[in-house]
Amino acid sequence: MASLQTPLYSACLDQSARMTEFAGWSMPVQFGGIKQEHQAVRERAGLFDISHMGKFTLTGPGVIAALQRLVPSNLERLAPGLAQYTVLLNPQGGIIDDLIVYLKSPLGAAVETVALIVNAATTDKDKIWLVEHLAGSGIDLVDESRDRALISLQGPAAAALLQPHVALDLSTLGRFAHQDTQVLGQPGWLARTGYTGEDGFEIMVAPAMAEGLWQALTAAGAVPCGLGARDTLRLEAAMALYGQDIDDTTSPLEAGLGWLVHLPEKGDFIGRAVLEAQKADGMQRRLVGLTMAGRHIARHGYPVLYQGDAVGTVTSGTLAPTLNLPIALAYVPPAAAKIGQTLEVEVRGEPRPATVVKRPFYRAS
Amino acid sequence: MAFEYPETLKYLDSHEYARTDEDEGIVTIGITAFAIDQLGDIVFLELPEIGDSLEKSEKFGTVESVKAVEELKSPVTGEVLERNEALIEAPEQIGDDPYGDGWLIKVKATDLDELDDALTADEYKDQVGE
Repeated sequence: MASLQTPLYSACLDQSARMTEFAGWSMPVQFGGIKQEHQAVRERAGLFDISHMGKFTLTGPGVIAALQRLVPSNLERLAPGLAQYTVLLNPQGGIIDDLIVYLKSPLGAAVETVALIVNAATTDKDKIWLVEHLAGSGIDLVDESRDRALISLQGPAAAALLQPHVALDLSTLGRFAHQDTQVLGQPGWLARTGYTGEDGFEIMVAPAMAEGLWQALTAAGAVPCGLGARDTLRLEAAMALYGQDIDDTTSPLEAGLGWLVHLPEKGDFIGRAVLEAQKADGMQRRLVGLTMAGRHIARHGYPVLYQGDAVGTVTSGTLAPTLNLPIALAYVPPAAAKIGQTLEVEVRGEPRPATVVKRPFYRAS
Repeated sequence: MAFEYPETLKYLDSHEYARTDEDEGIVTIGITAFAIDQLGDIVFLELPEIGDSLEKSEKFGTVESVKAVEELKSPVTGEVLERNEALIEAPEQIGDDPYGDGWLIKVKATDLDELDDALTADEYKDQVGE
């Protein structure tokens, strides 16, 4: 089957992107080079085509109440125009996907409108899960995954570069806020969210608008970035990657996402019993941040050793471009998860020293 | 993008090149411009020690970029005479001059005829689709 192409496919090729197949889409993995793109986002601004991500709109009575049953976060905290990062859970407390929930309709509206942005690779799985669990509720799910372009502009200069092209005063849009507005004089939607650890925006427009916006932002100095830099940026910020750091077998508590689990504030939801038991009895494993003492990079799947025994596994690892240090995320037993704990990662058969460190590895100043 | 593949070198389909000095039986081993481009930003090299023995087609080290780690395979059997210490210190410079300052190791080859199996520049070019 031929790969899907986003509305920015040609624009990316014109800018010498190296393309790769990702979740059924042909996506840019890099333009000028991962380190250079990474640095552009940390120092100024980078531009990502994330049109491959899943985009659902849920409309109907009681959308938030219905979603409350599917996630461990208290979505009643959401005010209109705000968003919540959360996870869909299976009955075993495992993560079906991580996603952002955007409340679009006013408080108390008889018909609520909620947008969800989910991972590309899990779009179909999520849709099946949502349709099954919203059946009979009168809630309508529209899948706009292939009908809308989504561009992410990230970095300390993102707001300054974007402002001339949008009607909304960006200084009024806080972190995790979102709003419909005019983008290049046409209807569009902006959210102050991202996956890099920097300030930034995710901008949804009609496919026909995408190339114009991409070119306007690159002309203004935003550096086109691919999936390679997206991965090193999110890993420095210690943000989980679905399918790698989190999946159907990992709970949000194990994954260090306890901050989005609001047990006392809400009623029953799928997976609740498992999370309650993990809170009460403790967990078998926890996701920790590691730095390596030498230059060896701990990569996905490498064993983690504690007192000589293999006790865990690296889920993500790279050389952190900003820190110039090998960093990794790994699952280890709680006894080995304390900050400062010395462990070893087996790199191609050789144990190499590693230390458990605080996450994130990098925090924007 | 078209890369340079000197006619005087021999190539492996795993992207190593070998330069021979017939008089001395010494083989200089590196990786091609194509491989360096494919790997992206190279951040780490693991090379054998001087005096180590290498076997033809066996792993002798690793090259690691931000996104991937690849094994290095030896085109010949022999003993390591030298390794590029400057490049180990600054692996990101490998792409500046892959067939010159970007060399990895020099090997005293047991049998230079082992390179008869290796690819010519034209054959390698066909292999990588250039």
